[in-house]
Amino acid sequence: MAIIEQPRTDVALPAGAGAPAYVTPKQAAGMFARPVAPKGWRDWVFTVDHKKIGIMYGVVAFVFFLIGGIEAGLIRLQLAAPNGKVLSADQYNQMFTMHATTMVFLFVMPMAAAFANYFVPLQIGARDVAFPRMNAFSLWTFVAGAIFVNLSWFLGGGADGGWFMYAPNSTKMFSPGHGVDFWAFGLQITGIASLVGAINLIVTCINMRAPGMSLFKMPIFTWMVMVVQFLLVFAMPVITVALFLLSFSRGFGGAFFDVKQGADPLLWQHLFWIFGHPEVYILVLPSFGIVSEVLPVFSRKPLFGYKFVAISGAAIGFVGWGVWAHHMFASGLGPISVLVFSMATMMIAVPTGVKIINWTLTMWGGKLKFTTAMLFAIGLIIEFTIGGLSGVTHAVAPSDTQQTDTYYIVAHFHYVLFGGAIFGLFSGFYYWWPKVFGRLLNEAWGKANFWLMVIGMNLTFGPMHIIGLQGQPRRMYQYDESNVHTRFWNAISTIGVFFLTIGILCFIVNVVITHRSKNPKVKAPLDPWDARSLEWMTSSPPAAHNFDAIPTVHELDEFFHRKYAVDHDTDEIKQIATAEDIMAEQMAHAEKDIHLPSPSYWPLVVSIALPIIGFGVIYSHIFIAVGAAVAIMGIFGWSMEPSVAPKDDFEPPAPTDGNIKELTA
Amino acid sequence: MSTAAVAEHGTSHDDHGHGGHGHTSTGLSNNKLAMWLFLGSECLLFGGLISTYMLYRGRHVKGPGPDQVFSIPYTSVSSFVLLMSSLTMVLAVAEAQKKNIDKAKLWMTVTAVLGATFVGGQIFEFTEFYRKGLGYTTSLFGSSFYTLTGFHGVHVTVGIIMLMAVVGMLRVDKVPGDKAEVIELVGLYWHFVDVVWILIFTLVYLIPA
Amino acid sequence: MSTTVEHATTGHDSHDEHAGHGNSHYYLVALALAILTGLEVLLSYVDIGKAFLPLLMILMMIKFVMVVLEFMHLRKDAKLFHYLFWSGFLLAIAVYIGFLATFKFFLQP
Repeated sequence: MAIIEQPRTDVALPAGAGAPAYVTPKQAAGMFARPVAPKGWRDWVFTVDHKKIGIMYGVVAFVFFLIGGIEAGLIRLQLAAPNGKVLSADQYNQMFTMHATTMVFLFVMPMAAAFANYFVPLQIGARDVAFPRMNAFSLWTFVAGAIFVNLSWFLGGGADGGWFMYAPNSTKMFSPGHGVDFWAFGLQITGIASLVGAINLIVTCINMRAPGMSLFKMPIFTWMVMVVQFLLVFAMPVITVALFLLSFSRGFGGAFFDVKQGADPLLWQHLFWIFGHPEVYILVLPSFGIVSEVLPVFSRKPLFGYKFVAISGAAIGFVGWGVWAHHMFASGLGPISVLVFSMATMMIAVPTGVKIINWTLTMWGGKLKFTTAMLFAIGLIIEFTIGGLSGVTHAVAPSDTQQTDTYYIVAHFHYVLFGGAIFGLFSGFYYWWPKVFGRLLNEAWGKANFWLMVIGMNLTFGPMHIIGLQGQPRRMYQYDESNVHTRFWNAISTIGVFFLTIGILCFIVNVVITHRSKNPKVKAPLDPWDARSLEWMTSSPPAAHNFDAIPTVHELDEFFHRKYAVDHDTDEIKQIATAEDIMAEQMAHAEKDIHLPSPSYWPLVVSIALPIIGFGVIYSHIFIAVGAAVAIMGIFGWSMEPSVAPKDDFEPPAPTDGNIKELTA
Repeated sequence: MSTAAVAEHGTSHDDHGHGGHGHTSTGLSNNKLAMWLFLGSECLLFGGLISTYMLYRGRHVKGPGPDQVFSIPYTSVSSFVLLMSSLTMVLAVAEAQKKNIDKAKLWMTVTAVLGATFVGGQIFEFTEFYRKGLGYTTSLFGSSFYTLTGFHGVHVTVGIIMLMAVVGMLRVDKVPGDKAEVIELVGLYWHFVDVVWILIFTLVYLIPA
Repeated sequence: MSTTVEHATTGHDSHDEHAGHGNSHYYLVALALAILTGLEVLLSYVDIGKAFLPLLMILMMIKFVMVVLEFMHLRKDAKLFHYLFWSGFLLAIAVYIGFLATFKFFLQP
């Protein structure tokens, strides 16, 4: 980890070559010596570099993707045939609860955070996020919370109330184990991580943009990330309230959900879905951002109606606050509420439709290149549209009351989440892999991955529409052999899981062979896709300081406009520079001394304190004191540690040629 | 806990602040931006707690109701104390911006003392209520009242800790970055806690059940 | 990218105007807040019929806005801070009023 980094002076490309000169602090800063240019695992654990943090987010999230996938596999095995015996009813409840919790909170959200962390600073021409240590804190807090939730498996069983954990069904009386306690406190911890991360990324988007990059010159992915972070900032506190009410009911005997005391069971439902509906957009908008980057690049056209896409994203985020009760049409809200929320829900289809149309028109007339990233992006458009259409049938309240709590709902949200969010994330993997690791994923394996996943998801989730309309309730752990159709489609659905599994294995194999391969062809060129946005104006993988010289932005798709210009004689677009030329020019103007934020122990210390407090709440109150003490110590150490080690703290003394630039990106 | 942790991060450290105005895209300080975002987020937290209380107003089936336990004169005095702590806080910020750090430290200490008086008063009030038969588990009123005011009390306590920490760090000159800005950030948090009490005092105490 | 060493000492230009009118302004605001609080408490003791609740809400909001604008300096601060804070605040009001409305909270006697 560089503290003062001197940019390479060699022009040998592609980069990664030419190690920067490290200058190390000679004395302690803060309470203890801070980590200094650590090597090996410590380089990762104490890092505040947004790129390393992004990669770690991604790795952890992918592990949870596999765990959530195994849970899903067990569910489908149980339902493969009538009277399944794979799981007991109780285990089945835990399995579907933890499957959804894992996929939503421990895979899609952190994976989106991985992309956001890695690419937002690069896309806006910054050297890091606004608060690098808070970024590290977000990561470790997420990891702590994720592990905490899953520890319940070994300490008496997982949560079993379904991912929306309706109270009073989730109170002590109906769920006496510790599963729900772990769930509630674990999500509280990951919520802290999301909130801190969201504030950090918003400040980054607002304040760390390269000169000339106005809001409407920001790449569309950054735009969508910013919208999502605003949703997080305002939605997380609502679930925080709900989780506290639940924890206090379970732990201290609060009366909030005690119907005997006059409590209203709809309280939880409202609070949960006030958070829960924005959450749906929190899950899917990052993927919308990713495909909005991928489609223009592989269509060789600018994004159609960039401003519309940006604004419709913001509009989705905004209207998303007024539709929460459509998850509760069957709960007896009363006709006026149902009418209002039904109308609002139909309205939200408009900005979503705008996006679909914009993507389609981006491809219209373009020179399409069907790379794996592009295939996943097109897959998203189609599968998400299918999910969107079944969504419209839910917006119609009378129809929804027939469908609610059946497999039809399960089909719907898997089309929008698997076909929407996850396809977008995979598109991002293939598109940005060469940027992050400097290697191109294998296209043949990639296409196998894509097609198996498309077939798998339609086989798995498609039949659920039929099963649902035939009346099979969701969360039912067994069904009997009386209905031939249900049996058939359930079997098909389980077969689909095998396709999905093999598809995801293809991805893992692809990663392994790409990184094992000695073939020089896997080494990514500087600009493998002929891309458009600023993150491609760095070496692959980018140096710790991202840009040798912070670019000045003149256009949307700045990188494209530096490569291509209109030839005034022929009126044709001609290439005027290669990526290599642009990089060489950047290096020629490289800033002399780049002052990067220093690594720190404190974020990790504070993060570790949180699950200790969690154990205290559940088991023994002594641990609350221990955890709080650790947290306070960590926060004090953090407060007194300057984010950038002072200049006179370095050996040899920092250069004083009058050209020092403190770039605290 | 979430709020406490975040508030602490938002204020007392200075990631990249350096006084922070010159080199950001908007010219605004990162730290202040983060603080205002955090406060915007807190609106939804307290909104949720207040709404829960309002929803369950008058629904308790046993134990005393609000009109049997509340003592408006007593709470008015403690509300006044908290309101005045906002005055002393803003004076601390004003002095810090004039670089009178010693005076700022004094005003911050006064603010913390007023805040502690408020919290002490709240604890006394809670024990009174408890003696009158209102426990946490007694009724919906008890649960939602103690949760709402307890959350607020925890916020005040965190504010007191932050104030005292900053005073202590100023004493040994361990505040990284711009001192006036750190004090201003603590001030923003403190005033926010005060405005939340303005809402709670009116909505919970003054509207008769 | 400019050097920031100088900015560290010359920051807070935006606050210089506060030095102008001194601290008396803050005392006045505090006095006003105290009077409004007194008025609120007074209202809860005298019976003024239907006007009570709206009046109390108005007084509460005046106090809220006064502290935010004057003590938190939002009145003189950047527009962006206004957007961030008020969007959170107004969103909270809108969402939770909607939430309470679904319980027919406002139709209660």
